[in-house]
Amino acid sequence: MLDLLALVPAFPLFGFAILFITAGTLPRGWIAAIGVGSVGISAILALIVAAGFLSAQQPYTQIVWRWMAIGGFNSAVGFYLDALSVVMMLVVTFVSFLIHFYSAEFMADDEGYSRYFAYMNLFVAAMLVLVLADNLLLLYLGWEGVGLCSYLLIGFWYRDPANGLAARKAFVVTRVGDTAMVIGLFVLFTHLGALEIQPLMQRAQESWPVGSGLAIAAAGLLLGGALGKSAQLPLQVWLPDAMAGPTPVSALIHAATMVTAGVYLIARTHVLYELAPPIHTAVAVIGALTLLLAAFSALNQTDLKRILAYSTISQIGYMFLALGVGAWAAAIFHFMTHAFFKALLFLAAGVVIQRLHEEHDIFRMGGLRRRLPLAFWSFLIGSASLAALPFIDAGFYSKDLILLETWNSGANGPWLWLAGIVGAFLTAIYIFRAVFVVFFGPVNIEPEGRTGFAIAVPLIVLSLLALAGGFVEIPEYLGGIPAFTELLSAVLPNPPSLTAPTASSALAGVLTGIAALLAMLGVAVAFVAFLDRPAFVTRLIESPVGVTLQRFWAAGWGFDWLYDRALTRPFVWLAQLNRSDIIDFFYAGVAWLSEAGWRLLSRSQTGLVRWYAAGVAFGSATLIILAVFA
Amino acid sequence: MNEGIVVAEMTADVPMQYGLLLAAVLFSLGVIGVLARRNIIFILMSIEIMLNAAGLAFIAAGARWAAADGQIMFILILALAAAEVSVGLALILQFYHRTVTVDADAASEMRG
Repeated sequence: MLDLLALVPAFPLFGFAILFITAGTLPRGWIAAIGVGSVGISAILALIVAAGFLSAQQPYTQIVWRWMAIGGFNSAVGFYLDALSVVMMLVVTFVSFLIHFYSAEFMADDEGYSRYFAYMNLFVAAMLVLVLADNLLLLYLGWEGVGLCSYLLIGFWYRDPANGLAARKAFVVTRVGDTAMVIGLFVLFTHLGALEIQPLMQRAQESWPVGSGLAIAAAGLLLGGALGKSAQLPLQVWLPDAMAGPTPVSALIHAATMVTAGVYLIARTHVLYELAPPIHTAVAVIGALTLLLAAFSALNQTDLKRILAYSTISQIGYMFLALGVGAWAAAIFHFMTHAFFKALLFLAAGVVIQRLHEEHDIFRMGGLRRRLPLAFWSFLIGSASLAALPFIDAGFYSKDLILLETWNSGANGPWLWLAGIVGAFLTAIYIFRAVFVVFFGPVNIEPEGRTGFAIAVPLIVLSLLALAGGFVEIPEYLGGIPAFTELLSAVLPNPPSLTAPTASSALAGVLTGIAALLAMLGVAVAFVAFLDRPAFVTRLIESPVGVTLQRFWAAGWGFDWLYDRALTRPFVWLAQLNRSDIIDFFYAGVAWLSEAGWRLLSRSQTGLVRWYAAGVAFGSATLIILAVFA
Repeated sequence: MNEGIVVAEMTADVPMQYGLLLAAVLFSLGVIGVLARRNIIFILMSIEIMLNAAGLAFIAAGARWAAADGQIMFILILALAAAEVSVGLALILQFYHRTVTVDADAASEMRG
């Protein structure tokens, strides 16, 4: 069963190849069948492989072929399956399948139907290569593959220049991180002589002491790649603009899968981070800062998709926080629940936006609760899960686990916990602000059209997952069946609550209670401020300080402005300064010299035969004189 | 009595230097003719003179060292001259057809 592993990424790749080669000449039904079917087969295969893995309980490596062998460097196309990659593979294939299924109807009227599914299939193939690769080079291939597909799909509606700009921004900003990551790979290869992840980690542990400079450099450089891909501080600016793509793309690439690749990378190379304590702490601090900054920004957006984009940045901040405090399994757990509820939120938002004629502004929506019941209930369930309302949803269990582990992570724990809990409070406010503004109150625009079967099914399935997906890890106070973390404990080290707990179980209960109360309080605040008594908030926003702050937060803390002033403009200025390339002067000089020589010599070509004869005579005479007398 | 001795006796009267000097004078006249004349027929004739000067130099040298090589070379030069004249005259005829003149300077279309 396990040897089917290589077929899991192969089927989406076949789907891409067929759609790419036929270039839109197939009938629409066939396109949907190939695009959705290839990912569906891949999901079924993933299930079979996962079942095989769970019965064997052994890491499994499958070498498909030798990729390259140059001198002493060997690289194989090989896939590696352990508990971590099984979880990633299952989540990626199943969420991808649901989103493809949804897209079959959602994109039905788009002229680029075939192109859309070709890119989406290529994305799934690249993402699976990324999570299954057994060496860092192949992982990097998948890493760049998903980046390429992200670029292609953000700029999917390329006729609008703004979309192309957003696509380029995403590509260039992530490239900054990727460059750091490539250098990190070079460091690892030159000093440890391998890129296969398992031997590499073993060698790192054997040859680098904790806190050694090389370990810090390698971990820091890989972290650079993760920050770019996962849109964390300071490379988070591309994700809100990436919402220019179709909504299912935002759900799949910019919420559920690709942006969490950085989380996977850090979890996969966790040995390096344990060897580099400063970088490990930096991961937690960056996560805490990002989740707070993005939550404030999300609170001030008016575009429904941008609220969700900032929310994604904020939730990945939680994952980084978990990674940074050593709660590796909690980060992967939150990745899984986040993939469910954020994909659900995006897909529900897609229905709302499409039925209202591409209306993105939440303040022009309203009262959609009875008009779009399916979208309302899906969005509400997703929001409850995102806000971590206690007990009933998946998001609560994963976020609670992260916050508990954060408290337990030593001296800085309570401070990081405080950041996390403030973020959780803000999360509840901003997402229920969207719920109350969009679905309650008076109706502003009447929705048109109807929502069919292919859109409804993924919404229902994801709603169920967003509610029940957290029960794979039942916390202590509900009986304590930590199946998920136990599965991952074979791959990832124990979290701080098991190695050096600082919170007693009574304190843990109090902390959980605080988190649960704050989440509900956030919902209440959102209800009062945005539905019940909006006058107060309106006054607050219209005060001079309020206007400035709101504008500042809505613009994402001015990072775009800062980068524009600090990087883009100086670069453009330099480029203009060097418009007539300085290095070109040398080559222009060579060209000028040869032209001058040509002018000089062409004078001698008179076309007169006697002139040439004189030249021959003079030349022969000179030669003879030289031969005789010299 | 063999032939080599006979040739040596015959040439004893005229020293080789005279022959070479005459050849040099003829060659120079040819060169001057090529460079100074504009009439293309005269240029061709001057080239013939230069060829003959070369042939004379071979004959003089052959006589000096009593070797047959000089005369063989002269026969080769005669053949060469015949070929050259036939090609040259054909060119001149073509040239005259196109330009209706025998002035060599009229053909200067290949000016750089």
